Order: sequence, then structure tokens, then C-alpha cells
Amino acid sequence: MTNSLYLPVIVLLLAGAVFALSTLLLAWLWARFFSPNKSGPSKNAIYECGLESVGDAWIQFKPGYYLYGIIFLVFDVEAVFLLPFAVAFTGLSVAESIAMLVFLLLLVEGLVWAYQKRVLVWT
Amino acid sequence: MDEKLKTDLSKQGIFATSLQELYNWGRTSSLWPLNFGLACCAIEMIATTMARYDLARFGAEVFRPSPRQADLMIVAGTVTKKMAPQVVRLYNQMPEPKYVISMGACAISGGPFKQGYNVLKGIDRYIPVDIYIPGCPPRPEALIEAFMELQKKIDAQPLTGPDRPRHLNADEPSEFVVPRFGDHDLEPTHNKAIWNPPLVQISQTGTDEFGNR
Repeated sequence: MTNSLYLPVIVLLLAGAVFALSTLLLAWLWARFFSPNKSGPSKNAIYECGLESVGDAWIQFKPGYYLYGIIFLVFDVEAVFLLPFAVAFTGLSVAESIAMLVFLLLLVEGLVWAYQKRVLVWT
Repeated sequence: MDEKLKTDLSKQGIFATSLQELYNWGRTSSLWPLNFGLACCAIEMIATTMARYDLARFGAEVFRPSPRQADLMIVAGTVTKKMAPQVVRLYNQMPEPKYVISMGACAISGGPFKQGYNVLKGIDRYIPVDIYIPGCPPRPEALIEAFMELQKKIDAQPLTGPDRPRHLNADEPSEFVVPRFGDHDLEPTHNKAIWNPPLVQISQTGTDEFGNR
């Protein structure tokens, strides 16, 4: 008896599948009997605004700004954590302070790495 | 189904239609123009879409910025030879079915710049044009009338048979030749399949391709 509770769901699933598939079938039948496929090099071109695309998309970009930006973002978010940490500093236990210092150390480590890789120098 | 039976049925509240009418009704009521203008005619085209003339009444307010989504190309303005390849390529990139309105004297024939060296003397040299609107520039009412004429034309298009439109005919080409910049002019200067120079001295040139003198 409990199975019949799911009957509407099954009917809905079937109706949904039939609706989607019948639309695709109708489109296929329409193309088959009335509207022939008309494709061509311009129509299949990737760039679509009248001009022909020039050159290759697989070229190397300078990632300087990207790396600079992502490091800024990391320390921007860190400042959000630092502020409540500084406010509540006197009331924190030893374990909590150590946890926060480890978090800071991880980020500073990243900064040192970025400095050594000369990411912060704009050339 | 004859017309009398259809009207009798509609009086009883029964709507009868054919597949062809339904198809043409759909295409007629949602002609989406390509959003591009070439010269001063484009200003009139923009005015037509705005509140005073309100092209939205005809189901054509959605000017598409991409040729992939457009049904109708309104060639609004002077087509320079620099721009002609781009216009033809845009037309090629539009999906079928597609229509062209040649708006204004320049797009029809080159207009006041016909004797110039850098203006194409009519966009119909490269792409098939459905409706021509004369004027310099044509008023928005003229563009609306062209729209209605195009809608009438679409409404009358048969789905099958030898008179069917080009997008339903597999033998018709899907793309038209895009001109290149040659040494002196665009190459080719026109698409021979759709446009040929009119015979001006018929008595000397003999018969044309249809055997007329």
C-alpha cells in the first residue's frame, strides 16, 4: 500500500521524460522532412561578430598581476580574522592563541615563499 | 481544408489550422533583427524600436547583438567596401531561416555615393534581399511598412513544393561568397548566382538568360 504513494512521482517522471524526448524527436523529424541542415565554415566559426579570428588562443600570458592579486586577497581575508583576534587577545587561553599563531605562521610562510619566488617584484 | 469550413468552425469556437500556417505564424510573430547599423539609417531604425513607433508591436523588439540569435538583418545605411565582407559574413553566420531588409538608398544602390570609389553599390550584389525601402533615410513608418510586407511574405511561404523558401530547399546554398580586398575592387565584385548587371542596351546585347529581348 505504501508503494502507491510514489505513483504520482513515477507518473511525473515519465511525463517529464516524454515531454523532453518528444520535443527532441519533433525537432529531429522537422529537420528530416522539411528543414535541411545548412551549415558552413562561417556559420560554424567560433568568433561571431563578422570578423575572422586571427592567431592562436593557446598563447602564454604573463601571470604577474594574477599572482599579485591572489596574494593580496589572502592577506585581505587574513585582516578580517586578525581584527577580532586582536580585540579578544587578552581573554584568550594559551591553546587558542597558539592555534591563531599557527594560522598566521601558515600565511606568513606563503608570503616568504612568494617573496623568494620574486612574485612581489613587478618586472 | 476549405476556408468556409474553417470560418464555420471558428464561429463555433473551434480553431483549425495547418502545420504550414502554424509554422509561418510563429516565424512571422517573432522576427528578431540583428543589432547593427551602418550609417544614418540606423538612427531611424533605433527610433523605430523606441516608444513612439514601438516595433515591439510586431514581435521584433528583441534586437540581438549576436548573429546566432537573429532572424532578420536590417542593412541600415551606407555599405562601404571596407564593411561589405563583414556584412556578408554576419549574414552567413545567422541561422536559417533569415531575411534581409535593405534600408535606404545607400543599401539599395549606393545612394548619393554611387559614383564614389569606396561604396558598395547595393548590398544585393552579395546577399539576397527580401524587402527594399527607398528613402534617405526612410522614416520609421517606412521601416514598419517594410516589416509588415516581410511578414506578409513569410505568411505566404509554402512548406513544400518548388516555391518553398531557400532555407527549406537543400539545393540552395547555405552561405554566400564573402568578398576579399583585391588590387582595385572587392573580389568578386558581385555574387553571380544572385545578382547580375542589368542589360542597358538590350538591342545590342541580344537576349538575356530568360530569352527576352
